[in-house]
Amino acid sequence: MSRLGKYTRRGFLIASVAVAGGVVFGVRTYRANLENPLTAAISPGEAALTPYVKITADGITIITPRAEMGQGIHTTLAALVAEELDVDLADITVDHGPPSSAYFNGGVVEEGYPFPATDQSALAEFARAQRDIPAVFLAYQITGGSTSTHDAYEKMRQAGAVARETLKAVAAKRTGLAIARLETQSGAVVLPDGTRLPYTDLAADAAEVELADTPRLRPKSAWRILGQSQDRVDVVAKSTGTAIYASDIRLPGMRFGVIRRSPYLRGAIRSFDPSEALAMQGVDAVLDIGTAVVAIAETTWAAMQALDAVIYDWEPPAYPLDTEGHFEVIAAAFTPDHQDSRQRNDGDVEEALSGADVIAAEYRVPYLAHATMEPMSAAALFQDGSLRIWTGCQGPTVARREAALAAGIAQEAVTLTTTLLGGGFGRRGEMDFVQNVAKVAVQMEGTPVLLSYSREDDTSRGPYRPAAIGRFRAAVKDGVPVAVDVSTASPSILTGISERGGSPAPTPGFLPDFTIGQALWDQPYGIENYRVTAYKADPLLPVGFWRSVGASQNTFFHECMMDELAVAAARDPIDMRRDLITDDASRKVLDAVADMADWGTAPAQGRARGVAFALVFGAPTAQIIEVEDTPQGIKVAHVWVAADVGVALDPRNLDAQLISGVNFGLSAAIGEKITLSEGMVAQSNYHDYPPLRMYQAPPVTTRILENAPHIRGIGEPGTPGAAPALANAVFALTGQRIRTLPLGDSIAFA
Amino acid sequence: MDITVNGTAYTLDLPDDTPLLWALRDGLGITGVKYGCGIAQCGACTVHIDGEAVRSCQVALADTWGEVTTIEGLGTPDALHVVQQAWIAHQVAQCGYCQSGQIMQAVDLLNTNPEPTDEEIDQAMSGNVCRCATYPRIRAAIHDAAIMMREA
Repeated sequence: MSRLGKYTRRGFLIASVAVAGGVVFGVRTYRANLENPLTAAISPGEAALTPYVKITADGITIITPRAEMGQGIHTTLAALVAEELDVDLADITVDHGPPSSAYFNGGVVEEGYPFPATDQSALAEFARAQRDIPAVFLAYQITGGSTSTHDAYEKMRQAGAVARETLKAVAAKRTGLAIARLETQSGAVVLPDGTRLPYTDLAADAAEVELADTPRLRPKSAWRILGQSQDRVDVVAKSTGTAIYASDIRLPGMRFGVIRRSPYLRGAIRSFDPSEALAMQGVDAVLDIGTAVVAIAETTWAAMQALDAVIYDWEPPAYPLDTEGHFEVIAAAFTPDHQDSRQRNDGDVEEALSGADVIAAEYRVPYLAHATMEPMSAAALFQDGSLRIWTGCQGPTVARREAALAAGIAQEAVTLTTTLLGGGFGRRGEMDFVQNVAKVAVQMEGTPVLLSYSREDDTSRGPYRPAAIGRFRAAVKDGVPVAVDVSTASPSILTGISERGGSPAPTPGFLPDFTIGQALWDQPYGIENYRVTAYKADPLLPVGFWRSVGASQNTFFHECMMDELAVAAARDPIDMRRDLITDDASRKVLDAVADMADWGTAPAQGRARGVAFALVFGAPTAQIIEVEDTPQGIKVAHVWVAADVGVALDPRNLDAQLISGVNFGLSAAIGEKITLSEGMVAQSNYHDYPPLRMYQAPPVTTRILENAPHIRGIGEPGTPGAAPALANAVFALTGQRIRTLPLGDSIAFA
Repeated sequence: MDITVNGTAYTLDLPDDTPLLWALRDGLGITGVKYGCGIAQCGACTVHIDGEAVRSCQVALADTWGEVTTIEGLGTPDALHVVQQAWIAHQVAQCGYCQSGQIMQAVDLLNTNPEPTDEEIDQAMSGNVCRCATYPRIRAAIHDAAIMMREA
């Protein structure tokens, strides 16, 4: 049985569905309300329901349909529901939820998330709601682009509010009291005499009553949970070794697989000889899965050893064999036939630059690995025609589709359980590990397998953040830039992901790739003649999303350029930006960071500061980095960062994410690069792909502002500004303008 | 092969040269200890042998010279070690994958140096990588744990 409420002004509907002993509340969205071409195949009136909160006699579960990869999204999303539902976060369970409840298969599922197998009848309801309309669900279930909070802000509060009012209606029916006389508190409806009726006791009847009309959401001034720092719902598990990642899944009779992909990326295997490996102790099999070889053994270690004993004959690469060759291809893309977009073209740049003193420069950034702490991993069992997968991924619905394709079975036969992610940063939006584990499971029918990537495979086979080149020509007059022509070129992320089977919908190469020019064309600077052009280079290494995506290179290009222009104009770099910025919230983050760093006061002897600003993922963010000249090299002495998220839901988590984002950017800026030698990636592990370590991590002071009009996420905005702020600080300290990352290639860091 | 982990004696039928990391994770299903690099560069696999922090990816099963303690043996959600309490108080974890190793390393540090300076913390902890860069909170949690341990 299903009950529908009324539409909210944002065009979604809260609905409820009965489950054994209780009720599930969620959001139902109709085609007409999604401005999404992906939903074109859906008939008007068809709907998908995304479950958010489940209440039964056993307890309250809040379903957070976003990947928890460290950003604290489970806690924040649960808090959105809890604020309206009147439950304490400590008293509820939080779960990732399935990619689609529809596809639980009672024959295989013994411990389905988030519902026990006994809920089959209700799940069938979800099935009918979701079948054939994956695109609608897709619109919800991708974690990335710092979008989770923005997307959930209204929906999850509304789900909590409707659930609360519905439970009050049940209590009113039971007691004969008017709803208006009932209150709610800490997971119970409270009667005027103080009697508490726990939600868990009321839940069984909740699906029977008419859903409350969409109640008005509580104003910010009445919030008790939101706006306050919450203990993370996963913090105890993550401090006691009891948190479960994909690599921790253990099933009876499980065997352990390790993958070896071609060192020539995107290359195929001509042949391989597994005979020596198969003779090794504990080795069960060496599988050909088409694009890679997988050893199966009694331990992960034995499988790793087996792979080393296999003799491989790989297809040679189709791309240039060294790094220089890759940059030649990217440099060759600055031509009209490679133009991907020109999303800004104010005034007449050519006219303004002709006859002016033109300042011009070129910047370069390397390929980067994600280097998540947990290498890619997934567990799977193929049995009786059904495939069960456990993995931590950023796009479970795409994952299910890709698993089905790889296994050669229908999507309905695939069940996917999302575990915690040992880091994501975009890497777990890729589908390779899902496709590969599906192929392995089919070959190992009846045996549960954990597939792990070695750190070496993870580091040296991609996909990577694209290598990119940025160029600018500009002129300044009377202390301000009057003409700026900035361009960027890199291979396309979207085309690559589409080819690899990781995108929700095909993105052929002739379509523009917004990630190439991301955060370059839309910066809130008012410059009279201002042109931004993005060029798509021919495909090279496989490239994908990396924390902050296109902004990770384009903010470096743009904000180093702004520093160069400030120098040319003999202006203070913050003052010059303030004069150009047209957006109030953006100006305020610059003012805030200047205040925090005491910008007006000169730094101590042997120290210097650099600044960068970016409007990324809707959140204006400014940072100042102070560097110190030490005998061991340049030390990052302090970082101040201010960001505007519109509405701050959890101050302590915002602080953590900003610091994490800044350090992620610093790590890349100082020392990370993926290079090629003889067609193979030269880096393989943390010794030659050096992540930032504790001794390098500077004190970071954060400030969150709330002037921007919309709520925004903070997982990425800290990252893009770190490299330009650091490069600009190095220039201020040394006079050396370093235009190639990592900076550590040009100057020593302590 | 006989081995004692978290106070329990086990017999494992694995090759002598199997790293302790994999004997624990795949042989015994003790998964709090993590694989990060396999070459002692990240510290995610840190456990204690006779109370001393070691990288379990570098110790062969046959060379395990004493009793092994993993994060599961240090404390549990219902009976937390002081360092785990400090980790929770400071809300250190983000993705959390490295934190078992971080905590085991921090316990070793505090056992040998009850009042470490920032510099000493940096020195002891710089072998443990955190890709989420929770370093400032790790530092703060260690200082707090040091105070709690001294007062206990």
